[in-house]
Amino acid sequence: MSGPGQTAGVPGMGQVSHGARFALLAIASLALMFIDHRQDHLAKVRELLSLAVHPIRLVVDLPFRVWNNASQALTDNAELRRQRDELQYELLVAQIRLQEMGEVDRENERLRQLLNSIEEEQGFEVRVAEILSVDLENRQRFIINRGKADGVFVGQPLLDAEGIVGQVVAVSQLSAEAMLITDSEHAVPVTVERSRVKTIAEGTGDLGDLLLPYLTNTADIQPGDRLVTSGLGGVFPSGRPVAEVTVVDLQPGQPFAQVRARPLATLDRDQEVLLIWPTEEAVQQATAAGLTAPPADPAAATETSGAAQ
Amino acid sequence: MNSQAQSHWFLPTASIVFALILSIVPLPDALAPFRPDWVAMVLLYWALIEPRRYGLLTAFWLGLVLDTLSGTLLGQHSLSLLVIVYLSQRFHFRIRAFPASQVATVVIGLLAVYEFLLFWIDGAAGRDVALLDRIGPVLTGGALWLLVLVGVERGRRAAEARM
Repeated sequence: MSGPGQTAGVPGMGQVSHGARFALLAIASLALMFIDHRQDHLAKVRELLSLAVHPIRLVVDLPFRVWNNASQALTDNAELRRQRDELQYELLVAQIRLQEMGEVDRENERLRQLLNSIEEEQGFEVRVAEILSVDLENRQRFIINRGKADGVFVGQPLLDAEGIVGQVVAVSQLSAEAMLITDSEHAVPVTVERSRVKTIAEGTGDLGDLLLPYLTNTADIQPGDRLVTSGLGGVFPSGRPVAEVTVVDLQPGQPFAQVRARPLATLDRDQEVLLIWPTEEAVQQATAAGLTAPPADPAAATETSGAAQ
Repeated sequence: MNSQAQSHWFLPTASIVFALILSIVPLPDALAPFRPDWVAMVLLYWALIEPRRYGLLTAFWLGLVLDTLSGTLLGQHSLSLLVIVYLSQRFHFRIRAFPASQVATVVIGLLAVYEFLLFWIDGAAGRDVALLDRIGPVLTGGALWLLVLVGVERGRRAAEARM
């Protein structure tokens, strides 16, 4: 890391070349920033750098991982039994729900055929990724322990048990950087579940707050309404829970109402997230129908839903 | 001779790696704005102690590493580190030649310049960062630096008294 052959600060001879070297390196940094901000050309460089610094992330993450494992190992018998009972109960409830859902699903399929709907059912593959205990400067972003080697791609959606968490914005070989839906640069197309009104939910930089800036005063929306992904934009699968409307503030004289919502996913407490991959069939169907951008073109997908500003 | 050369290389590298680690260790939300600029402080220290070895090139590389780790624009930390290292070396600022209080004042000034540059670049790139996030590190960094310097000076005096 040290600069070999540097003569910086040597009195008499180093003065001019010191300034020149500074100017050169400063211009190089400015150029890097400019390119990094404007285009995607530096993705490869970032990927390599990210791979190089990965050991540092692992070192930072290690104590937290060890602590988690240790506290699991030290959980006593009664506690484990209690947890098991709880989980068994939850599983039972989930299975009963699933039985009902199966019936609804078949009915849904029949109705779709009757309507000749082009919206095909989409299939997904799911894998768990762990969030590394590492702080980024922007606290609406985080690093997960899966990367290109696991098939992670830019624009890939992340979920937890409650709803949409965010999407992948950069990948390297062993890790990936992801953005929460509450990042101020993030926007997700949503539908109001009750009234089917479609709009966009933007991040505010606050973990508990989303903004819906494009709803008119007459839009059918009220506090308590659930927002689900609309599937427009092609990044997120449709119908996944996103947020619950908290505030609807009508603004007479203004074109748009002030609507706010609280994300359903437990963004501040997640340690694991689910990565989802559209299955081959789903991709083919979607591409054939021209409905969604194929994941092979993640750049286009992020453009549509990742960049609001 | 050989062991001396080794220690020359080992301590700075170890301290820099440690600073990188500290700069991404998770902190509670309330403390996060006050995370000191570990990397900037350690780099300044070595650039002042051994300006021939640790200077602009080190600042550049280290900045890129820090940018990668903290997910900022590539070059953002590089430029900020470059500027403060350049300023400190340009004015032949030497730790050993000045009393601790003066050194601390200058270091706080340099850290303020560093944070201002980061803030300014964020602004130019259209990323909003709370102002507290940019002032907090200067305060804690300055306080820490003062503590270390006072400690070093005491140690030096004690060593001189013994001789």
